[in-house]
Amino acid sequence: MNSVWEAITALAAGFALTFKHLFRKPITEQYPEFKRPLPARSRARIILTRDPDGAERCVACYLCSAACPVSCISMQSAEREDGRRYAAWFRINFARCIYCGLCEEACPTSAIQLTPDFENCRRDILTLVYEKEDLLVDHCGKDTQYNFYTYAGIVTGEGGKGTHVKEDEPVDVKSNMP
Amino acid sequence: MSMWIAGIIVLLIKLAVVLVVLLLLASYLVWLERKFLARLQIRYGPNRAGKFGLLQPIADAVKLIAKEDTVPAEADRLIFLLAPAIVAGTALLMFGVVPFGSDITLWGQKIPLVISDINVGLLFVFALSSLEVYGVTLGGWASNSKFSLLGGIRGAAQMISYELALGLSLVPVVMYARSLSLVDIVNAQESYPFILVQPISFVIFFIAAIAESKRIPFDLPEAENELGAGYHMEYSGMRFGLFFLGEYVHMQVFGALLAVFFLGGWHGPLLPPWIWLLLKIIAISLVMIWIRGTLPRLRYDQLMAIGWKVLIPAALLNILITGAVLLI
Repeated sequence: MNSVWEAITALAAGFALTFKHLFRKPITEQYPEFKRPLPARSRARIILTRDPDGAERCVACYLCSAACPVSCISMQSAEREDGRRYAAWFRINFARCIYCGLCEEACPTSAIQLTPDFENCRRDILTLVYEKEDLLVDHCGKDTQYNFYTYAGIVTGEGGKGTHVKEDEPVDVKSNMP
Repeated sequence: MSMWIAGIIVLLIKLAVVLVVLLLLASYLVWLERKFLARLQIRYGPNRAGKFGLLQPIADAVKLIAKEDTVPAEADRLIFLLAPAIVAGTALLMFGVVPFGSDITLWGQKIPLVISDINVGLLFVFALSSLEVYGVTLGGWASNSKFSLLGGIRGAAQMISYELALGLSLVPVVMYARSLSLVDIVNAQESYPFILVQPISFVIFFIAAIAESKRIPFDLPEAENELGAGYHMEYSGMRFGLFFLGEYVHMQVFGALLAVFFLGGWHGPLLPPWIWLLLKIIAISLVMIWIRGTLPRLRYDQLMAIGWKVLIPAALLNILITGAVLLI
């Protein structure tokens, strides 16, 4: 008898709860009218950023292209007069991109970055192939300080550590203790 | 001869009106269900197509008609194509004996506001509601898919278990009305609706009716998360639409039958009779949706246990008690 009473009260509680919900304001966020502010690190449309000096960060190392699981990134590297590399052309096929963010992780210069802008539907699938001029932006993206070339590299024919164009002196790790 | 032709014309007009109202109501019942269920779950429901999403059923219908009608390879083609028609057809036919008003007089002719006043209307209803399961089972079997077959078998087992309780719960109503004709049953409730004297019958019939129309918490034949979509999994386009339509017409018919057997049918103050019947159907549908929004699906053994161990004994006991009361 006790269990019957329990069952009845449990049922009544359930029906009362759904009935109360009838008079609550729906919690739905109605998408095209209301756009939820997305976290800065959410992964959508890919951009190529510039360093704080305004130069292209991409050194056309092909690491993003190699990391890409769906092979949607392709590029051609070229060399400037000062011996530094850049991408002669850079192409991302967004129709194929799965927005996994592995290219961003692979990038040594913080050049390729994902942005929260996800509204990229197109009627024509070919318009989803983005060229370098479509991808390149005029800001640093998420990494506002990083400038790849200021960090001292290795000794080359051009010069020693910290003597390349616009390169800082190497950091003495022994003086860098907390 | 002219009387005969006039009779046919009147019958055809009644058929057309009932059919149009049933189908329209079915499509807007889908809208009502989606909207009401959404509010029960603190959502909005469809609100893009037209004001309050009122054009949604039309958009759905256009979509269903425009979709490709596929038949799976190895399916039993003829049965596969016919099964949805059985479900929708039997559900629509059941409304043929439901009275939606008292007799009206037009040009000196008495026109009963019921398509057909069969003197065994109640048996006709049960016969059709049992036939409906053929659509479900054959559709599930002919699809040549394991999940469809499981859904079809579940459907058959569930119908057999709940058909009994459904029938037995109405025996006291027949005892009170002393007739199997639905018109007579409604007329017998002129002074008071039978729910006042037969509340247990009402509850048993309501539960069995939900099980018969395969709605949550008794939707095991189409349990989405176990069987995909159960017996109509392989169906597409308007054939799936017919299953869907059959289900919602079924919901209306059982709403109408509940109204006829327990809530006084079209009887009601002030408003015209057919509006009362409509209001009762909609109210019962809303309660069914509320139940859907609250209760989870039963396990299969629980479903069978409720049918055989609770509803049928309760219905039998109810018949005994009602008989004793009527004798004294």
